[in-house]
Amino acid sequence: MVLPHDTILDVGKLSVSYRSDTGYVDAVRNISFSLGREKLGIVGESGSGKSTVGRALLRLLPTARITADRLDFQGQPLLELSEKQMLDIRGRRMSMILQDPKFSLNPIRRVGDQVAEAYLIHFKCSKAEARAKAMSMLEAVQIRDPQRVYDLYPHEVSGGMGQRIMIAMMLLTDPDVVIADEPTSALDVTVRLQVLGILDDLVSQRGIGLIMISHDLNLVRNFCDRVLIMYAGQVVESLKASEMESARHPYTQGLLAAQPRIGGSRAPLSVLDRKPEWEIPLEGAA
Amino acid sequence: MKSVEVTNLGIALGHGAKAVNILPDVSFTVEQGECFGLVGESGSGKSTVLRCISLLLEHWRGTVKIGGASVRDMGVIERCRTVQMVFQDPYGSLHPRHSVRTVLYEPLRIHNLDRRQERMEQALRDVGLPISFLDRFPHQLSGGQRQRVAIARALILEPDVLLLDEPTSALDVSVQAEILNLLSDLRARRGYTYILVSHDLAVVDYMCDRFAVMRSGEIVEVLDRAALENNSATHDYARELISASIAYDRAS
Repeated sequence: MVLPHDTILDVGKLSVSYRSDTGYVDAVRNISFSLGREKLGIVGESGSGKSTVGRALLRLLPTARITADRLDFQGQPLLELSEKQMLDIRGRRMSMILQDPKFSLNPIRRVGDQVAEAYLIHFKCSKAEARAKAMSMLEAVQIRDPQRVYDLYPHEVSGGMGQRIMIAMMLLTDPDVVIADEPTSALDVTVRLQVLGILDDLVSQRGIGLIMISHDLNLVRNFCDRVLIMYAGQVVESLKASEMESARHPYTQGLLAAQPRIGGSRAPLSVLDRKPEWEIPLEGAA
Repeated sequence: MKSVEVTNLGIALGHGAKAVNILPDVSFTVEQGECFGLVGESGSGKSTVLRCISLLLEHWRGTVKIGGASVRDMGVIERCRTVQMVFQDPYGSLHPRHSVRTVLYEPLRIHNLDRRQERMEQALRDVGLPISFLDRFPHQLSGGQRQRVAIARALILEPDVLLLDEPTSALDVSVQAEILNLLSDLRARRGYTYILVSHDLAVVDYMCDRFAVMRSGEIVEVLDRAALENNSATHDYARELISASIAYDRAS
């Protein structure tokens, strides 16, 4: 594959294994990809290792063994940085949007303060400045009345608004890479498109590289530029979102066919007949 | 198999001035052998309707009749043999320390049914699991297998009506396909009446003949499956929900 110009993140043969009673278990095996100022989707079933990839990039897996030939973030080798240097990257230059705002916002702090905190930690500024920054960011994620919402607690906001607050918090520091781990799966379909639209606008305006991790092939193909398909810890196929219909890997084809569609046929849905050879990636995928 | 008739069902939670009318007044009927969908956003009251029908919530107003008989007049034994429920999350709805055998045996014992071993084996065969799974525990099963056990547990009492509360939303697409195939196959073979709650209109379109769109505890419109494809809903909210789902399904 031709590397996009202006590569922000370059991953070569990344493997992650978790410690277990009997030794290490491989969760991610030899995956390689690069990310430019684009939207990259990572799709797979639960247990395929897609979230592990996101966490490994931020080095959020203290007990896991992470190895890679290359794990370069804007020229810096992530695996060789000290924990202190990582603190300057996490939340500042690379940040992560999590799945469910109900569980990822602090329930006993006002949402606005939580957004402002992201700025206070990474920039030298007064509280008032941080507050003003947070306020304008809340406006950017289309919260109509930011003055009022700033002082609310997480239980007082709806799921869609909570997720917009998370997006505000993660984009406030103007990061270069945002990893979104199932950002809309906890939301209703009517707000889902709206939240995705906001994320899309901000990411393209600011030239952020976005990694969208999702189990929802439909969402990823509509939202991203490129898609990596993960199966059993490996990237088995990598293709342009617009060329999804011409997927060659039987796993990708199986996932596409298993999805019921509005106005589709009522014949039995095709199910995956998993085969051991699926674990062999297609040529040029990894 | 039996039809379901829900008339003026209403329920309020809380007391006195703080009471919240979460279902003001819901009525609908489901023909025997039909698969009826309930769709709507989270908090619209769709699961609450199922909980009222199955008497998991008791203090509701109105009447619910299954096959012409009010569920309130049925004894608990008769009610459980008429209507059963499958819950959303197979990770939460099976007791972690009960084997599949215990899970399936308990209803047989309570209902004092004969041929217990045979019935348990039949129930597992019906949901496409090997007999050897009787001695497994939930942590030894995948999400899809757990949901199959939950369905087997509901079927073992040979009910007429199955209440399905988001039966596939915690599962991967590929596993969802297996469970949906299983549910439609069972309905085709045995003629069960289903009431399916889902937020996914593609699932509803695949499974249901008719469906009701709910919002803030009220049914805003009952539609045929055919209304989905060209969005012929007349109520504004139903149109909005359907068009958002279609946009999500086919977007870009």
